[in-house]
Amino acid sequence: MQRELYLDPHEVKRYKIKKATSQTLIYTFLILMGLFIIIPFYWMLISSVKQTEEIISHNITLLPIGKNGKALWPWDWAWENYGYLINGYTNPDGVQIFRPMPFGWMFLNTIIVGALSTTGTVVTVVLAAFAFARLNFKGKEILFTILLATMMIPGEVFVITNYMTIANFGWIRQANHMKTILALVFPFITSVFYIFFLRQTFRQIPNELYLAAKVDGTSDFKYLIKVMIPMAQSTIITIIILSMIGTWDAYVWPSFVTDPQYKNQLLVSNGLIVGLAGAVETRGPNSILNLQMAASTLVTVPLLITFFVFKKYIMRGVSRSGIKG
Amino acid sequence: MLEFKKDDFKAWLALAPTLLLMALFTFWPIINSFVMSFLEGFSFTGMPPERHPYAWIAGGTFESVGFSNFTQVFLDPDFWLALKNTFYMVIISVPITVILGLLIAVALNGIKRFQSFFQTVFFLPYVTNTIALGLVFGSVFHSEYGLINNLFNTVGLAWINSGATWGRSMFVLMAYTIWNGLAFKILVFLSGLQSIDKQYYQAAQVDATPRWRVFLKITVPLLSPMILYITITSFIGAFKAYSSVIAIFGTGSYGPVGNDKMLITIVGFIYDKLWESSMPFGVASAGSMILFIIIMLITLIQFQISKKRVHY
Repeated sequence: MQRELYLDPHEVKRYKIKKATSQTLIYTFLILMGLFIIIPFYWMLISSVKQTEEIISHNITLLPIGKNGKALWPWDWAWENYGYLINGYTNPDGVQIFRPMPFGWMFLNTIIVGALSTTGTVVTVVLAAFAFARLNFKGKEILFTILLATMMIPGEVFVITNYMTIANFGWIRQANHMKTILALVFPFITSVFYIFFLRQTFRQIPNELYLAAKVDGTSDFKYLIKVMIPMAQSTIITIIILSMIGTWDAYVWPSFVTDPQYKNQLLVSNGLIVGLAGAVETRGPNSILNLQMAASTLVTVPLLITFFVFKKYIMRGVSRSGIKG
Repeated sequence: MLEFKKDDFKAWLALAPTLLLMALFTFWPIINSFVMSFLEGFSFTGMPPERHPYAWIAGGTFESVGFSNFTQVFLDPDFWLALKNTFYMVIISVPITVILGLLIAVALNGIKRFQSFFQTVFFLPYVTNTIALGLVFGSVFHSEYGLINNLFNTVGLAWINSGATWGRSMFVLMAYTIWNGLAFKILVFLSGLQSIDKQYYQAAQVDATPRWRVFLKITVPLLSPMILYITITSFIGAFKAYSSVIAIFGTGSYGPVGNDKMLITIVGFIYDKLWESSMPFGVASAGSMILFIIIMLITLIQFQISKKRVHY
């Protein structure tokens, strides 16, 4: 591509300079935008291990020398912030300025709800995608179109009635932990979007395999289990991860169906809001901004670890959903 | 095409779990919300043990049928505030994220070294918890101890703390929305760019076409299906803003302490009506129908506009 039609040394030099300038501009732009993305993460991580004394300083410096401003890394590493977060914090005057947050429960509940709804989703989605991709039945096209059309409707239309339905089942804001879990899981064990996504993958499996299996007398169900699911493995893994991430991010529905007074029933998102409600307005030595950042870190780090482990699946899944959506 | 025998029974069996769940949690809510929005004085009586004898899946009592729920929505100053806020959020955040996302994707596509590193960095905000990172933005803009005020020597200036003005809080919300929304757009644009045939660019290079012209005449037209898709989903997403507002203020309300409805959104208005004891679910349903209509109209208008401009 860089080959010139004629090799005038002046032209070649000019071309090279032009190229270098544009590359410099591109990298500068990317670095600036990258900083915009990274700074909030860095601020969160580093503030979470700073002492209150440093947090309430009004200056910014680069290095933690002389303790005259918030620095790139802490004056003194305050890992005890994470202990305060879980056990609560009482200042030297004996005033409790931070109530303990039930992180163990928040994680456990979110993982249980995520695992149950993801399992349910995978089962229903695999069956439905199989029917749409492989089986032949009357009304297939129209039914699929109707399902796709529901994706256009904002979820807020569903939430009101779903709240009433779940309330009728007697699962809303109950002291019984099991009922809350059911209320959190039950409305979310299928997904039109994932059916569409998996159907695309299923349809790429060649017909010949199906016909060969038929000749051998394999049942449709066995064919699904033994051939289609293994071949669509990476799409199914993508669905599992995206669905778990979705539960980790869920805020609206959990805040509707769980009663914040039962602290052992909170999920991560509404746990954060319930636990940190007064944080931004506390001032001076009682400021708990560092604890707020520690709480955010605890919720964010598991997601980041998941991302780095399953990067391939997540990014491919999301980009494909964009193109085919 | 080979002719398969019909397997209706098996198909409906496989579809049964999905269809039953969707009947209950998707199709019934559409009908029920529509009906409820026309029931005046609707009162939900489904909570056991005081369940209403006629309460079926989701039932209640009502006084009459009419448009009073919609009238109540339109007479509520909160609704107009929510509409105004949502409108500003849409017209600020959508163009900025789409254009910035496109520029970053084009820049990423133009480099070789560190490409996958930058790609990973730009994707990070996609895998975060909305509330947790909203709290981080709130803390970065904290009036006394925040990075921004400390850096620019403006300690005391309230962005999200009590006394914050509408403009400043909106600025923080927009910064967060843009930060949060770029990841998905960059990824989609980049995979679109990578699928464009290199020959177009080589042809342009032979003709010594300037960079901006290549961008406007080759990249943008060939990427137009993705730009359309991203624009529509961004519009819809921006119209449904809710958690991000709750997150930056960090108190469970839509504004700073002392003005807790300042940045209320349409979705926030709907959920508020759900909890107000004097205003039963009918008004919330009417609100959700209005949101539905707005989103439908926006989608239709965009499809109409782009019919001539999108090259498939």
